[in-house]
Amino acid sequence: MPSPPQNPEPASGALTTPPKIAVIDLWKAFRGKEVLRGVDLEIVAGESFVILGGSGAGKSVLLKHLIGLIHPDRGHVVVDGEDIACADPAVCLRIRRKFGMSFQEGALFDSMNVFENIAFPLRRHTAMTDSEIARRVHECLELVNLDGVGRKATSELSGGMRRRVGFARAIALQPEILLFDEPNTGLDPLTSAVIDRVIVHMRESLPVTMVTITHDMRSAFRIADRIAMLRDGRILAVATPDEFRRLPDPYIQSFLAGEPLEEEVA
Amino acid sequence: MKPPDAAPGRLHRWLERVGAAVIAAGEEVGRFFFILYSTLFWTFRRPFDYKEWVRQMVRVGVDSLPVVGLTAMFTGMVLALQTFRGFERFHAGGFVASVVSLSLTRELAPVLSALMMAGRIGSALAAELGTMRVTEQIDALYAMATEPIHYLVVPRVGACTLMLPPLVMCANGLGILGGWLVAVELLGANPVVYWQRTFQYLELNDVMSGLIKAAVFGLILSVTGCAKGYFTSGGAEGVGRSTTAAVVMGSLVILLSDFFLTKILF
Repeated sequence: MPSPPQNPEPASGALTTPPKIAVIDLWKAFRGKEVLRGVDLEIVAGESFVILGGSGAGKSVLLKHLIGLIHPDRGHVVVDGEDIACADPAVCLRIRRKFGMSFQEGALFDSMNVFENIAFPLRRHTAMTDSEIARRVHECLELVNLDGVGRKATSELSGGMRRRVGFARAIALQPEILLFDEPNTGLDPLTSAVIDRVIVHMRESLPVTMVTITHDMRSAFRIADRIAMLRDGRILAVATPDEFRRLPDPYIQSFLAGEPLEEEVA
Repeated sequence: MKPPDAAPGRLHRWLERVGAAVIAAGEEVGRFFFILYSTLFWTFRRPFDYKEWVRQMVRVGVDSLPVVGLTAMFTGMVLALQTFRGFERFHAGGFVASVVSLSLTRELAPVLSALMMAGRIGSALAAELGTMRVTEQIDALYAMATEPIHYLVVPRVGACTLMLPPLVMCANGLGILGGWLVAVELLGANPVVYWQRTFQYLELNDVMSGLIKAAVFGLILSVTGCAKGYFTSGGAEGVGRSTTAAVVMGSLVILLSDFFLTKILF
């Protein structure tokens, strides 16, 4: 793993290291409706990158492209120099193993308990013994501050706990890249802050690149090294949190202030 | 608008509707064969999840035995009752046993068992996979570098295909027993003669063709159920739609293929 860059990026300027993930001219339409319209992004190894955007801006679709859940109509997603939309399933599987993804509502397997959920990828992809798996599950749960819930059924968990179990499952295989799909949606401000803290803690303790999509400004500023603004299927701007606040773009300013532009209301 | 424009407009709309229906039907068939093809492709790939196979085989086979057994038994009883009333009019009451055994093994046991299973298992598969789809559990599997078809669909389709023949074998036995009970206990037939007549005209080919049919029906109903579930969209309502469609489509395809299978096998 390359060490995280100390000073991530001078705004959206040129990169000094080759990107971990490069999104090149990505286009996607569903039933004739264009969702992504030429997205270009470069995400550096070790940074926490947040993609911000309103509802329906195409955030989830973009995130699902990164891991190959959706195939683009045009354009490429390149991870460590390899195109994720490659033809060879074996290569595809190898690239996907670099990822851990946390889903909006956790997407926990409801036929298994918490322990089984986190152990699932370990049983599937490693030759670890039962005691090694138990130790790893325990480590993962500890990292998300959820020690001792292993025996619980997923239906017994609260919304915030479900997401944290989802995080624990995502990091079980020690991925190089972690994707978070709206980690704060539907949570109260306090639980949301706890989730952010867990994300920051994971970032500090693990050698990972993080990509988070959210519409929550506060959360974005708490966890991001760099923020990208997505609007109508295009990237409007990429900047560090401090620079982002000062960007003159009227849409970004209205988003920051929580006051919709005239054209948005109409 | 001018009157001459009205006719082409209507025709246009009608053609559009027909075209949309044809495309929808084509999509349906395409999905069925996609699941069938991917299932065959992934069946012989590692890891082989024997625990899941056993779990599904118990669920499909052992747990369905009461339903299938009762159906077959009562079918055998009714068959004996009906044919006896008819046959005794031309003094052929002694052949009831042959009619019961032949029609059960060749046709009724496989088809009725498959229809019951389409209701019991086809719907359960569609609901299970559909819920996993709309709660992103299938995406989560994919994100954990686990092919959902491999993990979810292969053991389910495999279990149905393997377990339907033994189920139908049990149904054959119970159906014949039901016929025997009615004929001997209720209608006073000679038990020894009845028993002889049961096997007098029954050939191995009759039983085997019934079992081959059963395996094909198992494949059809499970692939239909899985395809419906796998491609579910639209939340809880979508899951409901998929479940209903799985039973209706599964039953229809079973009845259709029954004709062609009978034509080929005899």
